[in-house]
Amino acid sequence: MRRTRPKPAVEPLERACVPWLLACAVATGAPHVEHLPLWLSALAAATVGLRAWLWFRERPLPPRWQLALLVVAATIGIYFQYRTLFGRDAGVALLVLFMALKPLEMHGRRDAVVLVMLGFFLLLTHYFYSQSIPTGLWLVTAATLETATLIRIFGGHQPLPSIVRYAGLLLLQAAPFMLVLFLLFPRITGPLWGLPQDAYGGTSGLPDTIAPGTISNLVPNGSIAFRVRFEGAPPDNTNLYWRGPVMDEFDGQRWRPAQLGRLDPATIEARGGTVTYETTMEPHNQRWLLALDAPQAIPEQAFVSARLQAVAFEPVRLRSRYTFASSLDYRAGLSESRALLNASLHLPSQGNPRARALAASWKVRHADAQGIVAEALQMFSREQFTYTLQPPLLGDDPVDAFLFETKQGFCEHYASAFVFLMRAAGVPARVVAGYQGGELNPVDGYLVVRQSDAHAWAEIWRDGYGWQRVDPTAATAPSRIERGIASALPESEALPVMARLKLDWLRQLSYRWDAVNNTWNQWVLGYNPERQREVLSRLGLEDIDWRGMTALLAVLCAAALLGITLWTLSQRPRLDPVQRAWSRFCARAARLGVRRHPWEGPLDYANRIAALRPELGEIAATAATAYAEARYGGQGNNAVERLRAATRKLPYQWRPA
Amino acid sequence: MSDLRTALANTIAAAGKIILGKEPQIRLALACLLARGHLLIEDLPGVGKTTLAHALAQLLGLEFSRIQFTSDLLPADIIGVSIYDRERAGFRFLPGPVFAHVVLADEINRATPKTQSALLEAMEERQVTAEGETRRLPDPFFVIATQNPSHQIGTFALPESQLDRFLMRIELGYPDRDAERSLLAGGNTRELLGRLQPTLSPADLQPLQQAAAKVHVAPALVDYVQALVGNTRLDPAFVHGLSPRAALALLAAARAWAFIDRREMVLPEDVQAVFPAVAAHRLNRVQGNGHASADDIGAIVRRTPLP
Repeated sequence: MRRTRPKPAVEPLERACVPWLLACAVATGAPHVEHLPLWLSALAAATVGLRAWLWFRERPLPPRWQLALLVVAATIGIYFQYRTLFGRDAGVALLVLFMALKPLEMHGRRDAVVLVMLGFFLLLTHYFYSQSIPTGLWLVTAATLETATLIRIFGGHQPLPSIVRYAGLLLLQAAPFMLVLFLLFPRITGPLWGLPQDAYGGTSGLPDTIAPGTISNLVPNGSIAFRVRFEGAPPDNTNLYWRGPVMDEFDGQRWRPAQLGRLDPATIEARGGTVTYETTMEPHNQRWLLALDAPQAIPEQAFVSARLQAVAFEPVRLRSRYTFASSLDYRAGLSESRALLNASLHLPSQGNPRARALAASWKVRHADAQGIVAEALQMFSREQFTYTLQPPLLGDDPVDAFLFETKQGFCEHYASAFVFLMRAAGVPARVVAGYQGGELNPVDGYLVVRQSDAHAWAEIWRDGYGWQRVDPTAATAPSRIERGIASALPESEALPVMARLKLDWLRQLSYRWDAVNNTWNQWVLGYNPERQREVLSRLGLEDIDWRGMTALLAVLCAAALLGITLWTLSQRPRLDPVQRAWSRFCARAARLGVRRHPWEGPLDYANRIAALRPELGEIAATAATAYAEARYGGQGNNAVERLRAATRKLPYQWRPA
Repeated sequence: MSDLRTALANTIAAAGKIILGKEPQIRLALACLLARGHLLIEDLPGVGKTTLAHALAQLLGLEFSRIQFTSDLLPADIIGVSIYDRERAGFRFLPGPVFAHVVLADEINRATPKTQSALLEAMEERQVTAEGETRRLPDPFFVIATQNPSHQIGTFALPESQLDRFLMRIELGYPDRDAERSLLAGGNTRELLGRLQPTLSPADLQPLQQAAAKVHVAPALVDYVQALVGNTRLDPAFVHGLSPRAALALLAAARAWAFIDRREMVLPEDVQAVFPAVAAHRLNRVQGNGHASADDIGAIVRRTPLP
């Protein structure tokens, strides 16, 4: 007996499903336009538009060879765009391409399901780029649309609200599982599967070298650098110097950290004014952690460098939380190493002669460093220096040009000119970059520090005092330090909207929105191993590592599955002897080539057996009659026995006569 | 009782000689009568609707009357009127054509809704009220209504609630090739009808109906009927599923079918046999604004495994 396997028929796709599927393609693909090459976005829009037109006009879809050609050409295009087909950007581009082309190949229900599944996959990739609340909301909406489309494909025509309601209900049913997995799934520091290298591009932050213009370029950027929560009241604005890279080598144009080999950590002598705070750092792909001067206690994954910075062992690539304690009143580097002090005195052999001459004159006049510093600061405040984001170009001797000609500059001009003067006068000095100030959000009490708060200042070293901060910008524009950048710059200069909001209600609104975002960051995106441990200890599960967590989760899942299985089994109707005997008969008859349809009544089945296998007709009729009597009749007098007897009479194997 | 059953089989055979090649429909019509329901035949003119009704009445020895529905037919034309009798100096009720055992309401959807409802109320109540006096209709009372496909001009489609009063709706359809050939070669149908001898008497009908209502229904069969009805309610292709009244009608029709098949119990096959006739006119499709087709009904049956 040989049965040919029936060819799987193409289940047709209802015409009315097509708009749903196109909406899915648009909803899942469109947000990627932001980071796709223009030609790919245009191609995707064109194919989806073409599919919509074909649908509207009821035209046939293009033949397969044309589609194949298009796929190959576009894949080659993607390869040339990114020089690879792997990695985040190229991978996403490929997925978007498939999503845009699949509608042109949508013949049957199977194609539609492929498209929906591709959509679910594409949804995930949005998290590579953004994990904000709007993204989350959009993805929930798109996931609902995808689910609704599946319901529409398989459920036939229904009114729109009922489809959407059903889809929403399904997603809601998934929510508890999502929450449990979110809370309990083992958290491993860092991304689970290692994002491709290009995933960290596009983060902004402090540069590691300073030249005129490097800091002022950051100022128009209103994005958040980090948020801080102080234990107790935040310190005065004039104390909020968040230390970033320290630069002690000057080549005439640029400042950069000197390569001095191994240095001992800075010695810090705390003298009081300790503040404890937690910063939530946005990823900036650098290692400095921006602590307040001077750090006393720092997180495990960081150390204090010779230049008083808190430096992480790994670049900050994910939003991370760090707890610090800093002493605002301190003496640092009282016995500084010779190497560092020498580096802090070094100047290029020539250039900026006027500044050198000025510094030399100060050196003659004052015996100690304090006098020289006071002289320099007096110069900045006395003469007509202007604080501006758009200083004129400075030329080959930038310090001379700034000090004696243009007299217009931003903090990096002041800091670098000041440090130059100090060094020329024989005082060890260096440029420090970082952030200054920040804005307290009254809604949740977090201090928000933005890229526009970027700043550069100076440090000088005095025997017996160690390194001391001197901010020459404060001498010219004291309000920059006391009240923030907006009050120090003239109205006409471009600043991010956030830095200069005047409308009170808008300001309130933005505070609230930022507080919501911060909560999202702290609890959803920043739900890391520590937070998980916190939650678990509240649930009474102390000291459980991720292996234990996995085991627990596995046990819980197994228990849940076992429970569901047992329940389902207990719900299964117990077959009574009649049913058991009948199913045995049906199974035997099926082996002989006539399978009972699930809806087929006994007599109809017997008739069909008789028609297909006449030699079995009599047995089948006996069995069917006996079963009908036993199952549907009032009283079955030994009908089960007759049924069993008939079953026994069936041959085991059917042989063609 | 076994004589009566033999007589029933003879009835089917005899009717089959008049309406050729339509045995399933004859059986359904008879089952409808045994289940005390009314029958709606929907088909084109000239396929033998009237002949079927007439033949059944004749074979059962029942009084037969026919009402041709037209757009100007009034309720009184069906029920009857009271007229003043000069001799008796009072009103005398002249019963209308509805006072008969078998009433053939021809082309029921040609009449206005008001007239339609007069007949349909009589069908439901098995009595009529005229001039404040209620008069019982004869027993048995069996209405066979015919209707043209509703897309024809000048028709008033029967509303949902009225359709529900018909236990079954059947279609006769064209005869097959052989049957039509015999029809063309055979004698005058009207003449054959006139010569038809009753196989049953009106007195036999009541015991038959009572016996049909007593055919055994096992719990397993009730499960099946429930599953079937439940699936019509889950099917998104229909506006509504079958009502509990429809489920009762289905069970009654299946009993009558089993009884005609000379069985003591109802089998799923019986339910499946009457299901299209009982369910199709009660299910409205969401798309296309029509009733369920034979394909729809078949799909529901195939989707419902026997419990």
